[in-house]
Amino acid sequence: MRWAGHFTYFVTVFLMVAGLFIVIARDNLIKKLVGLGLFQTSVYLLYIAPGKLVGGTAPILSDAFTVYSNPLPHVLILTAIVVGVATLALGLALVVRIREAYDSIEEDEILRLDAAGPSSRAEQ
Amino acid sequence: MSLAQHLPALQVVVPLIAAPLTVLLRRRSLAFAIVLAASWTALAIAVLLWLQVGERGTISYAIGSWPAPWGIEYRVDRLSAFVLVLVAGIAAVVLPYSRASIEAEVPPQQQYLFYTMFVLCLTGLLGITITGDAFNIFVFLEIASLSTYVLIALGRDRRALVAAYQYLIMGTIGATFIVIGIGLLYLMTGTLNLADMGRRIGVVQTTRPVLAALAFLTVGISLKLALFPLHQWLPNAYAYAPSAVSAFLAATATKVAVYVLLRFYFSVFGQSQVFEKLPMPEAMLLLALAGMFAASTIAIFQTDLKRLFAYSSVGQIGYIILGLSFGSTDGLIATIVHLFNHGVTKGAIFMLLGGVALVMGGTSLSRVQGLGKRMPLTSFGIVICGLSLIGVPGTAGFITKWYLLLAALQKGQWWLVFLIVLSSLLAAAYVWRFVEAAYFREVRKDIGETVLPWSMAVPAGLLVAATVYFGLDTTFTVGSARQAVALLMGGLR
Repeated sequence: MRWAGHFTYFVTVFLMVAGLFIVIARDNLIKKLVGLGLFQTSVYLLYIAPGKLVGGTAPILSDAFTVYSNPLPHVLILTAIVVGVATLALGLALVVRIREAYDSIEEDEILRLDAAGPSSRAEQ
Repeated sequence: MSLAQHLPALQVVVPLIAAPLTVLLRRRSLAFAIVLAASWTALAIAVLLWLQVGERGTISYAIGSWPAPWGIEYRVDRLSAFVLVLVAGIAAVVLPYSRASIEAEVPPQQQYLFYTMFVLCLTGLLGITITGDAFNIFVFLEIASLSTYVLIALGRDRRALVAAYQYLIMGTIGATFIVIGIGLLYLMTGTLNLADMGRRIGVVQTTRPVLAALAFLTVGISLKLALFPLHQWLPNAYAYAPSAVSAFLAATATKVAVYVLLRFYFSVFGQSQVFEKLPMPEAMLLLALAGMFAASTIAIFQTDLKRLFAYSSVGQIGYIILGLSFGSTDGLIATIVHLFNHGVTKGAIFMLLGGVALVMGGTSLSRVQGLGKRMPLTSFGIVICGLSLIGVPGTAGFITKWYLLLAALQKGQWWLVFLIVLSSLLAAAYVWRFVEAAYFREVRKDIGETVLPWSMAVPAGLLVAATVYFGLDTTFTVGSARQAVALLMGGLR
């Protein structure tokens, strides 16, 4: 029962580590962003899951109920989701610009191009 | 209800409203005027708040009249008022400078967006400092970070894009670590208000989630403040960003992250746990020393001045964390004073380097040859700031070194005194690289006749003057720091 009760935490940690691993291990800039998204998503779960109590109802005061779920984590995560979307959008926009400037979205190729010789966008 | 009561909210709201206005108006001169007005107003508000806090103690402001701990509380105490003055002050000085600098470095159709992002970044940094709510810190942190990524990507060099992307990845990982930490604390204490959290944490302070929260927060914030092994994003970001952006970020962004670290360590975790039950001081000391030596050594071998001083920033962060690791009054004074002094010094250096880039066509050591002849005042200014980085008496940097040495002596750690002096020699070595190029070489033939505009020279000169002033008169810096430390050491009041 103890293990089953911690089910959401196992999922959270798995997503977290999987996301971080993709960010670190992949060279493709888009795949890195996918990993970053996964990593951020794991945090949503970390916040929301404990807010729900078994048998708890929506937090509207009534004599019929004694156990209420906590609505605050949902509100917090709504904000975090917006932040995550903004980060992903900005990250993708940067990748588009990087592809225009380098004609590649592979990190190792970009580093090789930079090492080969500096060139400014103004000169192109 | 008078306006003075709402100063804490206005501190954040004024720059926040300026941001969409600049986007709607789209004209760069109008955008500049609005943002200039907003940042000067922000500085005025910050100074007023600092005065109010000095007179009456901590100000608590309930957003939307929802009282803490249920609503979001803005809390201005002596530490946050001090950091607010630093952030708003640097923004107010960098903005007039940025106009000419940005005109030379950013395409005309993107210039109004620079002002939007600049003022958003200012909003975020002020918000982080003023808020007393843990989740609010994360939201403002992301506002500041996202606008920072855009600002860096505005750089002329295509490597600015990659630097911005790398910072986005590292910064987001850091911010997510911070949210995980805050989430674990929320689960254990049931509150998001920092002061309330600090009161409730006593019961659960040795449970595993709280310790995990401490670890996540430490790593996340350390990423943001570029503590030594987590500094990889910083050199490229500072080197390829537009000059005005480098100046603003170098002076404020990492300093605000240090403030967040202090806030969590002292206001939430309290003195006892962080500094007595865990080997935190030892870990901090080790990382600080590694930063001081490794980053300063790397700085010596750089060929570009912007990169050189960016690595120097990582080394200087080491001093800030070193002060923290002592856990004593003098150590913390050194931390808080250096936060300010290094901000002013590095801001001045990067602003001067922006002028150098404009006139000499770049900041590599080979291009700045003979700078002492071509731009005598600028060159002299960089040398003065360099002396401050080394810690020569009469400059702001000396005050920090003095308090660091005091703190080390109090602990009887003579070897540490020796190491602090030794690391100053490394700073002397990288500053000498500049002096050698600027004063002992001839000017290159291909340098144009560009003249440094007054709008860039005056703000930069102002910060150089401040570097000297705060080395001579320490009433404001050390006085504020001493009060802030008393507040931190005594828990929240």
